[in-house]
Amino acid sequence: MCGIAGIIYANGQRDVGRDMTRMLQSMKHRGPDSTGYALFGPHSHLYVMRYTLADANDPRDFDFHDRIRRNKGIVEARLRRAGAHVHEAEEETDYAYRVTFEYRGELKELTDLVEDVPGAEVLSLGHSLEIVKDLGDAESVSTQYDLGHFQGTHGIGHVRMATESDVDISGAHPYWAYPFGDVAVVHNGQLTNYFQWKRRLERSGHRFQSECDSEIIAVYLAEKMHGGASLEEAMRSSLEQLDGVFTYMAVTEDSLGVAKDEMAAKPLVLYEADDLVALASEEIAIRAVVDREIETYDPYEGEVMVWQR
Amino acid sequence: MSAVGETRITYDARGLAEPHAEAPRVAEIDGERAEFDAHDLSTRQINLELRRLIYEENITDVTVRNPGAKHSLGVGILARCRITFDGSLGYFGCGLVDGPEIRINGRVGWSACENMMSGVVIVESNAGSLTGAALRGGDLVVKGKVGARTGIDQKGGSIIVLGDAGAMTAFMMQRGRQVICGEVGAGLGDSMYDGTLYVGGKVRSLGIDCVPGEWTDADTEFIERKFRIYGLGSPPEFQKFVCGKKLYNYDNLEPSERKLVL
Repeated sequence: MCGIAGIIYANGQRDVGRDMTRMLQSMKHRGPDSTGYALFGPHSHLYVMRYTLADANDPRDFDFHDRIRRNKGIVEARLRRAGAHVHEAEEETDYAYRVTFEYRGELKELTDLVEDVPGAEVLSLGHSLEIVKDLGDAESVSTQYDLGHFQGTHGIGHVRMATESDVDISGAHPYWAYPFGDVAVVHNGQLTNYFQWKRRLERSGHRFQSECDSEIIAVYLAEKMHGGASLEEAMRSSLEQLDGVFTYMAVTEDSLGVAKDEMAAKPLVLYEADDLVALASEEIAIRAVVDREIETYDPYEGEVMVWQR
Repeated sequence: MSAVGETRITYDARGLAEPHAEAPRVAEIDGERAEFDAHDLSTRQINLELRRLIYEENITDVTVRNPGAKHSLGVGILARCRITFDGSLGYFGCGLVDGPEIRINGRVGWSACENMMSGVVIVESNAGSLTGAALRGGDLVVKGKVGARTGIDQKGGSIIVLGDAGAMTAFMMQRGRQVICGEVGAGLGDSMYDGTLYVGGKVRSLGIDCVPGEWTDADTEFIERKFRIYGLGSPPEFQKFVCGKKLYNYDNLEPSERKLVL
């Protein structure tokens, strides 16, 4: 089933970590397997990269911690070798890391170098995008990664009921639009021309980290935007080219967009106010941050809507 | 204490079924009227309180304040009574009801009034998709707009929408009537078996086997009567659509009637 939610504020930064947690927690019944956030913090001249070196449910064998420590060293050495000046490297859990660095080269080259390290997966990379995803409900992920204090301008999130692939961090949303900085996607639905698009996009040099059909959308949008399309144009063309049932949200550094398939098969409730726009699979998620009677509606089939912050 | 032969749910892995919940007894009762605040109550507590008031206390007019867009509220009420929800409902609101007159001063999510048998439900704002799914009888009036697949598999009753409707409205409709005052999305009446559709605005496209119908005096009488009963003002000009009866080989008999004929 899965549930998606997004929020974008009109006036600068607010408690986006807290608000997204409330929205996602209220939709726990739509997907208790994993929860993910794509949050936009303050813009920095530094890059911020979130990556994992193992999955939450990987077996903890005797040399697990040694191996992770060794691989973390390799990742940092590779970052330096690629020309990045690391500012800060934080350990979020014993397998998830956040690193900030100065870098002037190609993001694809850097990401490929990092992901070549055994077990490494780059969750997000950009000047303000931070993707956090793990197993469990929103409150446990928020507590684990201390998202309650995360200030930001906008964000999207996802609660997952795994249907198309395994319950692991790779299969959890949001997906970063590799190798396009500061773009992420959450998706509720199924894509039926997944393999066709996966083969096409792989031929043009993109990598897929998971077996999850939703990852296609992120990479598809990235490729279109790399070719010069705006987020809205890329999303409109996805309605023609992606088959299946979907409501998905995409975010860039300054905008948040949503698209619904031609059949309106997956739900979406929208609330637009002067100070924020909130949207979610269920109104109850919006009411978790706006606790009063509000005017909401379901956008129609085939609609694409984009808001700028 | 459960009755003989009754199965009680005791396993609740997701923490949603609340098998041990009881009616919270928070309503203020005044003669045949009662009112309670649902803000801090769970779905099950709200429904248990509603059932206690209607079935045990014989209350005929209940107001529920702050329903907070919670799901599955007011379902399975099988009595003549008046219920007012002072706010929005989530999914599956007022499903499976038989008899009540319900007013929702807000919006409803997906599948509102699914399988309603009789009664009246008036939604003051918008409704989600699948509104009135498998409706068997009664009147469902939505004063805002509705999502996709309104009245999917409708088997009777009337759905009246003052705003627009989405794609595949009246998909596989079998009986009953739908009055959509605004515009309608693609695939109107797709694969319908029977029933009548009235559309006031533009139709993006007709579905398979949905064709324009011939307007009769009975149509005028029906529209005027419904608009008068619910105080909806003067009706706009409508186009009528019916089933072309080219898609299926079937008869109009209910299974029980077919048995008699055979």
